[in-house]
Amino acid sequence: MNGQYSALQFLSVFLVIATLFAIGPLIAAKLWASYFSPQKTGPIKNAAYECGVEATGDAWQQFRSEYYLYAIVFLIFDVETVFLMPFAVAFGKLTIGAFLAIAVFVLLLVEGLVWAWAKGVLEWK
Amino acid sequence: MEMMSTNGSTDEGLKSELGRQGIVVSSFNEIYNWGRRNSVWPMQFGLACCAIEMIATTMSRFDLARFGAEVFRPSPRQADLMIVSGTVTKKMAPQVVRLYNQMAEPKYVIAMGACAISGGPFKQGYNVLKGIDRYIPVDVHIPGCPPRPEALIHAFMTLQRQIDAQVLTGVARPRHLNASAPSEFPIPEFGDHDLLPSHNREVWKAPPGRSAGEPSE
Repeated sequence: MNGQYSALQFLSVFLVIATLFAIGPLIAAKLWASYFSPQKTGPIKNAAYECGVEATGDAWQQFRSEYYLYAIVFLIFDVETVFLMPFAVAFGKLTIGAFLAIAVFVLLLVEGLVWAWAKGVLEWK
Repeated sequence: MEMMSTNGSTDEGLKSELGRQGIVVSSFNEIYNWGRRNSVWPMQFGLACCAIEMIATTMSRFDLARFGAEVFRPSPRQADLMIVSGTVTKKMAPQVVRLYNQMAEPKYVIAMGACAISGGPFKQGYNVLKGIDRYIPVDVHIPGCPPRPEALIHAFMTLQRQIDAQVLTGVARPRHLNASAPSEFPIPEFGDHDLLPSHNREVWKAPPGRSAGEPSE
């Protein structure tokens, strides 16, 4: 082993050089800044807000429960429409089971539509 | 070969003679200012119609990028130059001073247009600040309503000459190298009838024969 170095010893040399390569410029920049551009800080400069009005109150607010009506109407007129299109295209090749599954899905939403209609949700106020 | 001295006092005659022999001599001060003046980053904010001229200055026809100042930053933390482009209302003045305080040192101010330097046509108004130099130190004032882009470029070149003339040491050194100089300028607050205080005594002196606190001067 005389005069020979293991691979790990070589690696350690690289590690030291790489560390210096990374840290050296940082230290140089810090020294440069402290001499030529010392920090001038203050409470306003360190403030998180730059301008504008500081936020008041809490972001954890509760939503009004009436919004569930929008969710139901959205399901009927948007989500259901998306499913009706492939249903219509594949209608001729459907098995009885698949037809029943889709019929249940559509009827559930139609029930919701009837309910919303009776409740007067669809009227423009 | 390059020689450097930190005091900024290079013998001009010796310098040109060495230059003829192919030797470049420079002072540290010169290199520092050269870098600083060619990479001024203005802050991206406009207050009134002057801002339109400021925007035109940055566009291809006038091209402020030729002077190294095309990088308009939306944050005061990354800006060196505040171009107060337009009418400073009394409601806006505290925010302008606040933004100036948050800019990184060294920082410069160009007051652009009649409103920013004096209140302009709205000087008699109850709600318009009669010049932003009442609260923050202004390096270059440009008259005009609004000033042409050429005027803003001229102001910018004037600022570059001022930066070039800066010395890093001595009494006239920049504020950020002077530990006893204030880091922030007080932000005015809304009083019953006017901003309080009406001006910063460190920055602005009332013209002789007038009291500065007068609301309608």
